[in-house]
Parts: sequence; structure tokens; C-alpha cells
Amino acid sequence: MSRRCVLAIGIWLLGLAIAGVIVARAHYSADLSAFLPRAPSPMQQLLVQQISDGPASRLILIGIDGLDAAARARASHALAAALGAHSEFLVVANGEADANARDRQFAFAHRYQLSAAVTPARFSVEGLRAAITTTMDLMASPAGLLAQSLFRTDPTGETLQVIDQLGGGARPRSLAGVWSSRDGQRALLLAQTRANGADTDAQQRAVQLIRSAFARIASATANGADPVTASSAVAPSPTVPPTGAPSAGALTLRLSGPGVFSVQARSTIEHEALRLSLLSTALIVALLLIVYRSVPVLLFGLLPVASGALAGVAAVALNFGVVYGITLGFGITLIGESVDYPIYLFVQSRGREYRGVLWPTIGLGALTSICGFASLLPSAFPGLAQLGLYSITGLVIAAAVTRWVLPRLLPARLAIIDLAPLGSAARRLLSHLHLPMAGALALALLCALVLYQHRHRLWTHDLAALSPVPAASLRLDAQMRAGLGAPDVSNLVMVSAGSEQAALHWAEAAGRTLDTLVGGHVIGSYDSPAHYLPSRATQAARLGSIPDPMQLRARLAAATTGLGVTPGAFEPFLQQVIAARRAGPITRASLQGTSMALAVDALLWQQDGQWRALLPLHAPAGAGGDIDVARVRAALAALPGAHVAVLNVKQQTDALYAGYLAAALRLSLLGFAAIVLLLAIALRRVRRVVRVITPLLLAVLVVTAVLALAGVALTILHLIGMLLTVAVGSNYALFFDRSAAERDASGLPRTLASLMVANASTVLGFTVLAFSSVPVLSALGMTVAPGTLLALLFAALLAPRSLFAPPAGALARTAAA
Amino acid sequence: MRYAQRWGAGVCILLLLRAGAALAADPAPPGASTHAGLDRVMALLSQQQHAEADFDERQYLAVLTHPLVSSGLLIYDAPAHLEQRTLHPRRQTMVLDHGTLTVKVGRHRRSVPLADYPQLAPLIDSIRATLAGDRAALEQYFTLQFHGGLDAWQLRLEPREPQRAATISDIQIDGKRSQITEVRVRQRDGDHSVLLIRPHR
Repeated sequence: MSRRCVLAIGIWLLGLAIAGVIVARAHYSADLSAFLPRAPSPMQQLLVQQISDGPASRLILIGIDGLDAAARARASHALAAALGAHSEFLVVANGEADANARDRQFAFAHRYQLSAAVTPARFSVEGLRAAITTTMDLMASPAGLLAQSLFRTDPTGETLQVIDQLGGGARPRSLAGVWSSRDGQRALLLAQTRANGADTDAQQRAVQLIRSAFARIASATANGADPVTASSAVAPSPTVPPTGAPSAGALTLRLSGPGVFSVQARSTIEHEALRLSLLSTALIVALLLIVYRSVPVLLFGLLPVASGALAGVAAVALNFGVVYGITLGFGITLIGESVDYPIYLFVQSRGREYRGVLWPTIGLGALTSICGFASLLPSAFPGLAQLGLYSITGLVIAAAVTRWVLPRLLPARLAIIDLAPLGSAARRLLSHLHLPMAGALALALLCALVLYQHRHRLWTHDLAALSPVPAASLRLDAQMRAGLGAPDVSNLVMVSAGSEQAALHWAEAAGRTLDTLVGGHVIGSYDSPAHYLPSRATQAARLGSIPDPMQLRARLAAATTGLGVTPGAFEPFLQQVIAARRAGPITRASLQGTSMALAVDALLWQQDGQWRALLPLHAPAGAGGDIDVARVRAALAALPGAHVAVLNVKQQTDALYAGYLAAALRLSLLGFAAIVLLLAIALRRVRRVVRVITPLLLAVLVVTAVLALAGVALTILHLIGMLLTVAVGSNYALFFDRSAAERDASGLPRTLASLMVANASTVLGFTVLAFSSVPVLSALGMTVAPGTLLALLFAALLAPRSLFAPPAGALARTAAA
Repeated sequence: MRYAQRWGAGVCILLLLRAGAALAADPAPPGASTHAGLDRVMALLSQQQHAEADFDERQYLAVLTHPLVSSGLLIYDAPAHLEQRTLHPRRQTMVLDHGTLTVKVGRHRRSVPLADYPQLAPLIDSIRATLAGDRAALEQYFTLQFHGGLDAWQLRLEPREPQRAATISDIQIDGKRSQITEVRVRQRDGDHSVLLIRPHR
């Protein structure tokens, strides 16, 4: 063994060892953050954070389907009771009358802290008289029965005022005593977990608790037992899996919410990464075994790609600190191209001096691929950026190992099957087929026409298209959210401040402006955490406007003169208003146990030392659900922008997505330009560059047109898939170009065979990806698999005819035989 | 809370008014026997598609030294929409639609799902049973007394289980020929109301 040989193998082994250590010590993550874009603006950052670990992320929406409303209501009741006993859940609400009664009792008990109508003027003689007269008018009809029953304790109508203030959002429909979907076919519950939504392990425990509690209730229901005793009789065990598939006549459970999504996504990613990468590896190994018919050759053939994968993971771990599950699972598919390098080496090098011709072609092919993958590096999605780095590192290392290490490891006499017969067969076939340049042009024009016709629906403008959460789950979530009357967050005012009280103060300041907008029909209504929990200053001001007992008694007497109120009727009022004054302000803790606590948590939270309050805006009736955001913005302009900002979430996410798409387009065009430049430098002839590029562009056009015809809205990932098609396909085109340039067709059958094998392995890998339920991955798969196949086909069909004519010698041999 | 039960009384009245509106709009043949008369009344109720009537109400409350007076319009549309439009002393509308009670005062709107008040369920079910002509269901919750003929009749409802029947002590409906003339509701605490109905002009 020569010294250079030892050196090459030594460096390789040392590199493998270092990479191995890095990989072993790296951190791995399978959560959603790989797909959460890095948001460019602080406001968008906030949105992304709110989605991933704000208080709203702790909500789990629970639906119970099947049987009849009464059975669902019993199960809802039993589930709420079972979950309420677990410390994992802070609140479990299902709309039962008890809970509503608790809320109303709270509103009644704290009416003087909560009612915005409580001002000094309210307790003047005129104010009292006006309020009491209004209440008596209300009492004069059945609608006033509430006012009637409260007349002795609350003659000024503060309880009604509070109920009006709190009733901003739509209420869930009630059926058989519990919350139900609008169509009455599903019982709904809302659970708030103690752990935040980003803690996927805790969310998984919560989800399992719900599933196992429900499984007991459902089987008890099926057996005719009382679900309540069933759920409490068995000690809850989080490891009990739900009993098999529900039969037609049984209750079924539907879960949704941010925490549920991250649990689902993690298990999907883990499951698919394992299943799909095993599947594609098995398929590729099987293919190579068929081709090589030799285990040693197969193992040698896998050395470059294995080295590349190890180096890729190590590079990602070093650069990002954490390695995502998708990088591990699917990176190897992206560098599947490097399985091709040893194929070219084994198959084409047989009996000829390969270094002079083969290496420049492989090297150029690898470089064009690297240009393609480089466009992933600046991606706003950390998962994609990782895949880019992984692929580049992997390809470089795989190519280097194929070039410098593999030839030196191969035994002198390696039994490699000669694939020339396969190639010859392909050549014979191709000698009958040809796509003239005019035909290619016509096909390109046809595809362009299709794309032009679909130009308005070509690209999706929805960020959700990239979400790893399946569309069906998102639909279920939207349905359950609407059913629960969860605030519509398409337009909102965001308040930021240094403390809880300051945040409430600015929420109240914004609320005063919003009140005038409600009056002017610019908005229909709005929610605010200050409705449920007014700032201490506001509460103190309200309680401070209550006069002392003597004064109040005197004013009340003057105010009710001539109203016909029975003497002494207002004694309960006098006692309660004085008690309220003594009780002082309520705090977040006072709300515990009411559904208002849920509302406050969803609308007011602390994050990174900042307090945030959300004020969702509701459209005015008859505006078709639209809000004139510009007018809201103008009205709130008087408040400091550092504390109060108006946000149109749809606009923001659309802008976000448009930004990603524009950036991806720019990067893809740059990557394409780099590939063309590279080819121009390497091939030095416009004709040759055109010959290499034409089949690639044609493949991309046809795939895009077919996707458009199939109604697939293209995303950033399809775009990246197109670029990968160009990068991988360029290898094929380059080999045809080389063969044509050589004017020596003797090596052609082997070149053809190696290209077919290489293409089959790439197509296999990406076809497996196309079946992933993670949209990001299936988009890549469905673009690259057909794209590379077509790239090879077009490259062959567009190659000069002379290339496939049987060589004279071969004819002679055939004749002799 | 006590006012929840008051809602119950309100809903009862409202539903009975619906029955009244229905009665006022459909003439019945005279001379039917007592039970046949009740059955006939019920049959008519379930056939009604749309009806309108004027009302005057007086409520006698312990907290006030004089009665509260109101008047307005009752509207019914089959099968589950009932509306009471109070025009005096203050315009407000109360709508019972598919189990949800909505009150509109000026621009304010408040909706209450009746299911929030489970103690009302038997009452509401029974009134619905009346309107559907299901006398057996009605008698499950109330003792029924039907006096007189169709020329001048009186239906008295008394809850069988008073603790489950909100605060209602008894409800008395007077009819003259095909028309409801008066609905009286007495609460157990002594408050009571009288509702006079006449066909809409």
C-alpha cells in the first residue's frame, strides 16, 4: 500500500471517528420548531411564540362524537369529573350548569369591581335615580325578570352591566346541559394543561390521560354502566392505551389544540422518519443488490453515502446545536444521489482509465447539486436550512470518499457484474426513439400554456400549507374552535408592558378607544383581559366612588322619592355595596375556578420578562366579517406604539408567507444561475450548456404543469424540489454531453446502465418521501421523483441520434455470429 | 341563584302566550265536552303556523307599591320561534328560538341558552308537550284542571313537584270561545302577574 493510499484512508478514518463523537454527543429534537419559520418582525415573532408556548398553547379541545346527545352529555360529565381530579389539568370546562352558575355568581359577587358603569356620578342622587328608573323599566317585561330578582340587591343593574361586558364572545351551544357543536352532533370540552404547549412530553401525558379516561367511559357506556362511577372506580393509569377502533355504535373522542398538534406531529415525524427512511434504504439496497449481485460490492457502494451521512449530521450538530428528526430521517434521501457515485465508478470504470473522464463529470455533477442545495441554507425554516447543510456536507464527503478512498479499498479483483447488456438494450430502444428539438419546444410551450392558465391558482398563499399538521386536523380544530366560541384572532390589538398592572392599564386605555369604535360601528365588539380582571387602579377608583354608608343611605332615599319602592326594599343593596367597598380589588387568584380564569390566561401572559395582553376584535354586524383595520389603527394612534399595536393576523401571515416565497424564488433563481454559470465555465460551449440545460428545464416544466393540472397548489417546497430536480438531473445530462463530446460510443452502454440504476435509486427515495403525511416532505417527493425520471428521459431523448447508433464493430460481430 | 328561577317563570309565560296566540287565531266548534275541549285546544295548538296578538301585562311585586305595567305584541312562527315585543314603557324584544332565549334592548343583545337552567327543563318540556298536543307529557309535571266549555273556559296548571317548578305556584289561563283573554301566574313568594291578550288589530 502506498503512502498516499495510507494517508487517504487514515484521514478518512480519523474524520469518521471525529464525526462519530460529535454525532453521539449531539442534541436531537423531533418537535415542531423545525417547521416554525424564523419570523422577521418582532410582532410576527410574538405570534409564532404565542402559538408555540403562550397560554393558549395549553388548551386542549375535546370533542365526543357518536350515540345520542344524552349519552354524549353523560360522557362529557364523566370525562370532566375524571380529568378535573388530575393535577395535570388546571381547568376542565364542559359548559355544565354548575360552572355557568359559578361564573354568574362571580359576576354578581364582584359587580362593583367589574362594572365599568361604577363611577362617582353613578352614586349621586341623579345617577342613582336614573339607574333605578332604568332597572324598573327593564323589570316591566319578561325580559326584565333578571332585573326583578336582583332589584333588592342590585337596583343600579351592575350585574347586568358585567354580564354584558363579559358576553363579548360567542357562547358555545348547549345541548343536554353541556357544550355542543353548532350542529348538535358533538359534545365539546375545553381542558387547560398545567404544562405549556411546547413541553411535548407533558402534553403527551395529558393527551394519554384524556384518552385512557375516555376509553374507560366509552367502554362503560357500551356496557350500559354509569360512566361516572366507571371513570372513578379504576385508578387512572396514563399508560393504558385507548381500546381499539371504536365500533359504529360507540362514542369516539376527537382531540385538538396546539399541544395535541405537537404530540401528533412529533409522533408522525418520529414514526415516518423511521418507517420511510427504513423503507427507502431497503428499496435502494434491494435495487443495488439486484444490480451488483454481490454483498461486498454493495457494502463498498454504501461506504461513501454512509460517510457523507455521518459527516452531514456532525456538521449540522456543530452549526445548529440541535439536530431535527427530519434532518436525520430525510437527509439521507437528499444525498441519495451519492449512492450514484460508486455506481458510476463500478459500472463505468470497468476496463478503462476512469480518472481522466469520469471524475470531472461526477465532480461537475456534485458541484451543480451543491449549488442547488446551497439555496436551502438561508431558508427561514430551520429544518430546511439543516437539510441544506447536511446535503452539501454529505455530498462533498461522499464524492471525496468515492474519489480518494473507495478505489484504494477495492480489492484488485472485485467481482462486478457487467451491466453493458442492460445499457445496450437501452441504447437499442433509444435508437428508435427521438425527441426533436422542435418537439421539445412544442412540449415546453404546451406546459407554459397550462401554467399560464393556472397562474392565479399556481401558488398557495397560505402559510398553513407548510404546517406539519395535516389539513384534516386543522379543519377539525377550526370546527371545534368555532363551536366553543373561541375568540377569532384574525384582528387584534396587542398590548406590551413591563408588568401585569401596566399591561392591564394599557389594555384599558385601548379599550376606551375601542368603546368609541364600537359606538361608531367600526367594530362590533372586542374582548379584553381587563373585562375579567380590571387593573388595580381601575378597581380602586370604582370602589372609591362608593360613598360612605350614611351618605349613600341619604342619597338613595332622595333618589327613590316618588318611584313607589317599598320602604326598606334596598337594605340588601346597602349592605352588599358597603361590603364590596371593604373587600377591595380582585386579583387573578380570585378568578380561580371560573371560566373567566381561562379567558384571562388566554388574553394576558408573561413572556421573557414582558407582559402581553391581547384584545381580539370582532367585526360589526353586516360588515361580512371585515374590519376596517386602518380606522382602528388611526383611532389607536394616540396611544404609544411601544405599548399598543393593531395586528391583522391574516395580513401578517400572508405577508410572512409572501416574503418566504419571494425569498425562495430569489434563492432558487440564484441557485439556477449558479448552476448555469458552473456549466458554462466547465463546458465552455453555449451549445453544450443548452444541451445540458434543456432536458432539465423541460422536466421541471412538465412536472409543474402536471401538478397544476392535478390541482396541487405549489408551495416553497415544490420550488425547492424543482431546484433539486435541476441539480440531480444535471448529472444525467452531463454524462450524455460527455458521451456526445467524446465521439466514442464504446462506453455508452455502461454509462446508460449506470444512469438508469442511479436514477432508479433517486426516484425510489423520493417516491417514498412523496407518501409522507408531512406536507413539506411529500411536496419535495412529488416534485423530485417524477422530475428526475423525466430529466433522464428527456436527456436521453434529446441527445444526438448518432450517439445511439450501434457501433460498426458491434454490427460486424452480430453479422459474424 | 334566585333569578334563574325567575327566568323560568318568564319562559313559562312566554310559551303559554304562544299557546294563547295560537288559540286566538283559530276558531273552534262550540259545544265540545270538557276533556274533548282540552284535546281540541291542544290539537289546534300543534297546527298553528303563524300568529300575532297584542298584550297588556300588570306585574304585582312586593318591592314596589304599584304594579309594573307593560304592553306590546306577541308573534309566533312554527315550530320553535316565539317573540314578545314590548313597546311600552321601553322598547325591548325577547325571542325564544330553538332553546335559546335572546333579549334585545336598544343595541344590546343578550342570549341565554335555556339548557343553562336545568331546573326549567321539566317545565319547558311540558309546555312544548302542550303545544305538540301531548297531554300525557303535560300531566307528568302539572295537575290539569279544565273548566267550562269552549265559550268560556279556564285551564289551571299546578306543578306536581313545586321544588322542580321554579317559583311558580300556579298558572291560570282563561279563554273565551276561541280566544285566550288572560294568563295569570302566581309565584310562591306572593308576586303575581296578569296578562291580557287580544287579537292583533
